[in-house]
Amino acid sequence: MKKLLLSGNEAIARGALDAGISLATAYPGTPSTEILENIARMDAGKAMWAPNEKIAVELASGVSFAGHRTIAAMKHVGVNVAADPLFTLAYTGVRGGLVIVTADDPELHSSQNEQDNRRYASFARIPMLEPSDSQEVLEFTREAFPLSERFDLPVFLRTTTRISHGKSVVIAGEWDKEEKRPDPGLVKDPAKFVMVPANARIRHLDLEERISSLKDFAESCSFNRVEMADTELGVVTSGISYNYVKEALPDASVLKLGLVFPLPDKLIRDFASRCRRIIVVEELEPYLEEGLRYLGIEAEGKSLISRFGEINTGTVRRAVTGVREPAEDNKHEPLDPIPVRPPVMCIGCPHRGIFHLLSRKGIFVAGDIGCYTLAVSPPLSAIHTTVCMGAGVNQAAGIEAVLQEEHGKVVAVIGDSTFLHSGLGGILNMAYNGIPATILILDNFTTAMTGRQNHPGSGFDITGNRTRQVDWETLLRGLGMEHVRIVDAYDLEEMDSTLTEEIKRDAPSVIVVRGACMLLRNQPVKQENPYEIDEEICTNCGNCLKLGCLAISRRNLSIDEKPVIDTQKCTGCTLCFQGCLFGAIEALE
Amino acid sequence: MTTVPGTPTNILMVGVGGQGTILASELLAHVLMESGYDVKKSEVHGMSQRGGRVVSHVRFGEKVYSPLIVKREVDYLVGFELAETLRSLEWLGPEARVLADRKAILPFTSLVGEARYPFDALELIRKRGFDLTVVDGEGLAVEAGEPKTANIVLMGALAKLLPIDKKGWEEAIKRNMPGKFVSVNLRALDLGYSAVEIA
Repeated sequence: MKKLLLSGNEAIARGALDAGISLATAYPGTPSTEILENIARMDAGKAMWAPNEKIAVELASGVSFAGHRTIAAMKHVGVNVAADPLFTLAYTGVRGGLVIVTADDPELHSSQNEQDNRRYASFARIPMLEPSDSQEVLEFTREAFPLSERFDLPVFLRTTTRISHGKSVVIAGEWDKEEKRPDPGLVKDPAKFVMVPANARIRHLDLEERISSLKDFAESCSFNRVEMADTELGVVTSGISYNYVKEALPDASVLKLGLVFPLPDKLIRDFASRCRRIIVVEELEPYLEEGLRYLGIEAEGKSLISRFGEINTGTVRRAVTGVREPAEDNKHEPLDPIPVRPPVMCIGCPHRGIFHLLSRKGIFVAGDIGCYTLAVSPPLSAIHTTVCMGAGVNQAAGIEAVLQEEHGKVVAVIGDSTFLHSGLGGILNMAYNGIPATILILDNFTTAMTGRQNHPGSGFDITGNRTRQVDWETLLRGLGMEHVRIVDAYDLEEMDSTLTEEIKRDAPSVIVVRGACMLLRNQPVKQENPYEIDEEICTNCGNCLKLGCLAISRRNLSIDEKPVIDTQKCTGCTLCFQGCLFGAIEALE
Repeated sequence: MTTVPGTPTNILMVGVGGQGTILASELLAHVLMESGYDVKKSEVHGMSQRGGRVVSHVRFGEKVYSPLIVKREVDYLVGFELAETLRSLEWLGPEARVLADRKAILPFTSLVGEARYPFDALELIRKRGFDLTVVDGEGLAVEAGEPKTANIVLMGALAKLLPIDKKGWEEAIKRNMPGKFVSVNLRALDLGYSAVEIA
């Protein structure tokens, strides 16, 4: 048997292709991004980036209604964007198997919150599978499609960062499961697919019947497993947490749930009745714990294990057995503070110049989600809100609507990919209601933060083929925006004067700040025409250091000495040269 | 060091975005799998390209459940960068071996003189009594013919310490790397391997 070392995301891609999907769609989002990239790599014709997660789920539902299998992948907060169709798709049900991947991010490695999307399963009444390693990811993904068809429901597949990005050994084997598949084609069935109230009332009742038969299935399905051992302690767990339980509590009996909605009541009651003490080990919300308590079982859970962040073998061991953290010894005495290493904008990044200006002008910046959020850190310190994709545009408008006296001191920034994901409506609103806010679209031609994925503004599709590219000016004018300016992200003077004019303007306006992502232009990043500082002319004013460029340091790393440019690292972006008030920076000869 | 049968061996690899930490851990995990071990590995993607800290957990043994190492249970620390190596000391078990590159990559606060960078990291680690092997990754990589193979130099040094035949490493490089990079990486592996003396 051939062994493979696969990440969870690679295993989802293989499983979906094994199951015979006709189309996969997604919007990039850590930790889910590589699912679609891997599908595109293995079968390019079957993958499409969608502009946002709602579009992805609706597109997938169309594929399903046409009788084909399909998968839509997103990060946990993407499900919020897609929630509207999801709740009603539980009513309609499916034709072809419809699988929605929610890749959750406990510990917020790369997210704005750590919501537990198991709640979505019980809320929307959509079954949810939760695998524990890449082998199970592959198997569960394959099984999810026939499950969806059998019970006429979309199916959630939930991963967490450690499942999606962790790698483990997989024996793929052959998957030759013969099952009845729906016939592709058009089916006109308004009672099932047209959710007007009269039909939806009936489908809601029908949904509960489908869930009820799924609950019977859950009692004996292979997704759930009892591992009886010592009956002193019984642990109920799922997903990644199962692994920590097996290492921390090797003697305990374990009920491992792979289908976490709906829960198998009889199986849980039977397991609980056989163990003296019942503990639920789960990250984030007390989802399983509440399920047990609903059944009247006195389970311990969040009283032992934190509701915040990730857990691991050590936290489970300490919580349940009471062993303490190892004491400090002479090998582990505290160290002097080591400087932190936050992620920073790349040397040569097109976002640096505009944030330098916004910072210098002391402007309030409603921010958004992307690389440019890094401008929150010193020395730029130029982001003042970040909530979710698309929010900044509307927050700036909201602020402008009530703080007229602050007009001229507020802007919103939003990346090109984020803008096309959920910024369009905000522009429409500003134009419609005549709110004189200024929005900066930071156009770097890619979805940079998640690893440079193409989008409708990049002019390329997921396979890198040329496609229709958004015409920004026409788009913005079509939304009602009269004042649209396009500026060069590397021209400080042009950006400065345009910014000054537009934020003062008593009308809605948009500035498109254009400059290709550093990593997109040069791979690997090449050095072009580096600059240097003339020590004789330099007055040590420190202005160039306010750019937060990793190619500029102080001589001898001493806070009192003049700055110096590392010519091996400088990409020649010229921002420090343009910003120097004394002409001390010049091109290296 | 000796490992208890049935208990996984824990390797922590730390560096800075761009050093090839994840690629190296990928190679290591393949070598371990092909040598017949169960193996799991975990790291966080996303921020690594932007100069942030990169941490990769690799665990191998007869059977591995968790992809994450517990604090104070690291058996081998592979440090690609001085400050990150030092920052990881609290993860080390009492018998841990440390393989460290001399490479220093300064964060912004140190570049501008606001925060002291621990250039003395290796002395501190040795003073604490850890078994430390220092490898000049960059120097040997240049000798191999490509400065970017410093990560593979470190893997060569690790190969000397782990109970796995060096051939397994060579095969993994041939299998997992594009053809034109194979020979330079094999040279880097060799130089790293020879740089470690087993007492």
